[in-house]
Amino acid sequence: MKTEELIDMLARGPDVAVQRPPARDTAVPLLAGVLASMVLMLILLGVRPDLPQAVRLPAFWLKLGFSVALAGAAWWAALRLSVPGARTAAAPPMLATPVIMLWCVAAVALLQAAPETRAALFWGSTWRYCPPLIALLALPLLAAALTLMRARAAIRPAWAGAAAGLAAGASAAALYCLHCPEMSAVFVGFWYLLGMLAPAALGALLGRRVLAW
Amino acid sequence: MQRISKVTALNTTELRLHALFLQGIDGDAQAYRLFLQATAPHLRAFLRGRLRAWPDEVEDLVQESLLAIHHQRLSYDSAMPLTAWMYAIARYKLVDWLRRHGRRDSLHDAESDENALFSSADEEAGEARRDLAKLLATLPVKQRMAIRYTKLDGLSMREAASALQMTEAAVKVAVHRGVKSLAAIFREVVEDTP
Repeated sequence: MKTEELIDMLARGPDVAVQRPPARDTAVPLLAGVLASMVLMLILLGVRPDLPQAVRLPAFWLKLGFSVALAGAAWWAALRLSVPGARTAAAPPMLATPVIMLWCVAAVALLQAAPETRAALFWGSTWRYCPPLIALLALPLLAAALTLMRARAAIRPAWAGAAAGLAAGASAAALYCLHCPEMSAVFVGFWYLLGMLAPAALGALLGRRVLAW
Repeated sequence: MQRISKVTALNTTELRLHALFLQGIDGDAQAYRLFLQATAPHLRAFLRGRLRAWPDEVEDLVQESLLAIHHQRLSYDSAMPLTAWMYAIARYKLVDWLRRHGRRDSLHDAESDENALFSSADEEAGEARRDLAKLLATLPVKQRMAIRYTKLDGLSMREAASALQMTEAAVKVAVHRGVKSLAAIFREVVEDTP
């Protein structure tokens, strides 16, 4: 086939004028993912019974704020990585800022704690199931993010998938805050992060396959 | 001086292509054709320079890149240079091909220089090894006929819709899906050739 023939074909017909896809193409997968994660969270885990008391404590807002900030930065990165040629240099500092801030708070907490209580700050009482639960809640969101990104053009599919996974993981962690009884920044700075990085790794593996075009 | 004139030439290319591209997005078929015709030589020179050992692949990848540019037009954000967007697409197609053919040693040739795409042009078109008719034949019948009527035979939307006994909206959807599948088939066909 001559390239001129292909150009003839492309520059003719009803798809020369680009039509924006209807908003529901974005809204449906996104809403489905968010709803599925919320339902999983409510049915499987439930909201912690002392939530009204917990919301008065700064520690609750610290872990929620950390998860939301990281989720925002990761969604932004996933969007940028879906556009060919878009600058992504701002993504690493945006992603690192919430983590470093939380680690500073955690370091201060560790320094101020009596030596014999430091282990409890790190391990809490739920370290065994916190990371897998966050990763589980992230799965519907990861599926939604990858579905949306398939319609775009990620030129680094593995990185784009990782950003989608991290965004899903951090959003799931924000949901998980409503259930999780842990209040230590040290705990959040390790186990929450681990729960978010698991879907990020899965996203990188899947991205290589499903985001190629 | 030489450097300045080179920069000016790149700017002129950017402005011209950008204007044609935006008119094309709004449905100006003539402007869109000029845009694609002006883009193809740049793609060809860029790819030929990086596929020296595989000259037979150049035209296939030129076409694959053109189809990708066509299909991904919505992903273009008009705040950034069009050349950067097209360069990213062409480079992705090149790296993707090299990787899938296990030619990792050549990946370093795909150096990052956004100006590389538009600093040279190659008008000498080879012929791609794919056959459009054969590729179209692999599409579902509705998509195939919608593409054939509207994009090859040049029927109007209304004529195509009545010939296919579909609504105009359904024809548009069939064309869109067909071009999307075609982009995927292009990639696979290149993969299968020895």
